[in-house]
Amino acid sequence: MVQVNQLSKIYNGTTVLKIENLEIPKGQSFGLVGNNGAGKTTFFSLLLDLIQPSTGNIINNNIQVNTSEEWKPFTAAFIDESFLIGYLTPEEYFYFIGDLRGQNKADIDALLSKHEEFFNGEILKNKKYLRDLSKGNQKKVGIIATLIGDPEVVILDEPFANLDPTTVNRLKKIIKELAENPDITVLVSSHDLQHTVEVCDRIVALNKGEIVKDIQTSEETLQELEAFFAV
Amino acid sequence: MFKHFINLELKAFFRSASVGKSIGLKILMGFLVVYFLMAFLVLGIALYPLLEKSFPNQKPIVIVNSFVVFWLSAELIIRFFMQSLPVMNIKPLLVLPIKKAKVIHFVLLKSLTSIYNIFPLLVIIPFGIFCILKGNYVTINILFWMLAMYVLVLIVNYANFLIKKKFADNIKTFLGFVILALLLVGLEYFEVFKISTFTGVALDNLVLQPALSLIPILILGGIYFLNFNYLKANFYLDNTLQSKAQEATTTDLSWTKRFGEIAPFLQLDLKLIWRNKRPKTTIWISFIFLAYGLLIYTNPHYKDTPAFFVIVGILMTGIFMLNYGQFIPSWDSNYYGMMMSQNIPLKQYLASKAGLMSVSVVVLAILSSPYVYFGWHILAINMACATYNLGVNIPILLFAGSYNKKRIDLEKSPFMNYQGTGATQWIVGLPLMLFPALIFYGVSKIFNSEIAIIVLAVFGIIGLGMRNFLVNKIAEGYRKRKYETINGFKQQEN
Repeated sequence: MVQVNQLSKIYNGTTVLKIENLEIPKGQSFGLVGNNGAGKTTFFSLLLDLIQPSTGNIINNNIQVNTSEEWKPFTAAFIDESFLIGYLTPEEYFYFIGDLRGQNKADIDALLSKHEEFFNGEILKNKKYLRDLSKGNQKKVGIIATLIGDPEVVILDEPFANLDPTTVNRLKKIIKELAENPDITVLVSSHDLQHTVEVCDRIVALNKGEIVKDIQTSEETLQELEAFFAV
Repeated sequence: MFKHFINLELKAFFRSASVGKSIGLKILMGFLVVYFLMAFLVLGIALYPLLEKSFPNQKPIVIVNSFVVFWLSAELIIRFFMQSLPVMNIKPLLVLPIKKAKVIHFVLLKSLTSIYNIFPLLVIIPFGIFCILKGNYVTINILFWMLAMYVLVLIVNYANFLIKKKFADNIKTFLGFVILALLLVGLEYFEVFKISTFTGVALDNLVLQPALSLIPILILGGIYFLNFNYLKANFYLDNTLQSKAQEATTTDLSWTKRFGEIAPFLQLDLKLIWRNKRPKTTIWISFIFLAYGLLIYTNPHYKDTPAFFVIVGILMTGIFMLNYGQFIPSWDSNYYGMMMSQNIPLKQYLASKAGLMSVSVVVLAILSSPYVYFGWHILAINMACATYNLGVNIPILLFAGSYNKKRIDLEKSPFMNYQGTGATQWIVGLPLMLFPALIFYGVSKIFNSEIAIIVLAVFGIIGLGMRNFLVNKIAEGYRKRKYETINGFKQQEN
């Protein structure tokens, strides 16, 4: 589904990302782990064509992302709060994204009611603008918004950060559900090794912009990763 | 401590993504400043001999004193629209061991360095020197008079500060100022209570009694204190003191659906304007500017320069377009990254902005139609200007927007959130007004003003006909510069 070729990103002579070759097959749930500055967000930004690659390219479902925009209809992402529109209420935001993805109000309402538990009664019908919600609640909105319009590629940058333990567990359930669907490719990044191991079939560890581990998740994966990141 | 603040400001300026554009504007402003410095200096030097010659029976200083109040009012109005208030990014400073008072003093004192405080000095000092040399006054008295004059100017400086904040915060409290001003003008006009005579006499006394200059100094202290208190009370990231966490109101905007594909963006733009203070003020400004015509058309001075009416027409029908349009797409800078990763046809995004500005031009054109009272040609010029705005200026603004890299923080606390409320925003709009005026001038010189009006309108109609094509071309520019724009919008600025 996603094919990375000779990709690198260089800022002022410093290489922040360098991936020779990486292939993420359709339906895989793909975890990206690494320390701060390892290049996780850079990789996702490149995948979303928010920054330009210094060399190489990324191909998303046979579409090269920095030359065509055809990948947008089937790709959804939540990188950070800058993906939200602060002066809208959560409902308005969902409907807006729905409009962009060709969904009608009923489709959105159905999706929202399905995730009512995840929202924990703190999001909908609260008469609050997104800018007045807490960071965690903003994140909930952003994550559910990526599910609008049945995307085939879902990209979540640090989805577990800022969330309370209950919500983290509910989020894991949602991601696992996505992962079970053979049509949906999920890309998740995190600092938290355990969460990532739990929801992903495959884990790639980045260090200083390069892939240092690429493992299919098994019983021993967590220990292996912990050993790698141990001081 | 102030040294650090100045250092931070310099870095913020030179390291910002839009430094090129900023420097360009600064240079342009520099020329204007030099021009005005010269003009004021000439006025200052010529004032005394001129008054002495024209009114040989009166002392020049007495005449000047009776006009001071008009000068100050004019200065206040000009400052309100032109002077940008000093701003500072306070968030990183809030938790550092810096006294709030220090930051506020810095901001308030910084406003003293504004060029608007230098201009009056160029009049006051030469005039004062003339008074000392030729006027037979006690030198020390004139020196105190000069001091008092300058203190009055500074009072205007801080009064403007206060009024501008009121204007941005709450339009209702601002109305109080307007009513007070109208009342004073009315009393003066109908000669019930001539404030100009009153202040004139007061200032004449000040010349005799230098100790009286203590009064303006005390007023200055008072108004500085008011400003200080106001800023201190608002020195928070949220704005809890004034508006309690706004309750969201969902408005039904389903009527926009009839505009087809641009509907979602149109809804978004309307909410953007209505729910954020900054863009909302542009609406109020538009209505205020409708009165601009009254100022010009009643003045027989401009009768013979119809080209000037073009500028007025462009401004009145296009003021919202100018104020809103020049910050496209910065209004959406907070979430521009999301917009660019969504399935958004840039063309529709731009078409929605163009549609919104077009509606504003049409509405303002209709509202300005009562000026037909001053003659049919005024109406014709205004309508031609509106057409020109629709056809030519809107695409130009959209095109210029593709080079916009400056972030606008809608969610920042209202504490000193005044980007785009100074002279620069008018300078950016200057070519948009001058160019049609030049066309009009040229054509009316060669033929006549009727043909000139038609030519303007034809330009507009051609532009409207090409709207679709132009928006497509412009959208390509946005696509090409997308990465720079995203990067620029990521920078937090003052």
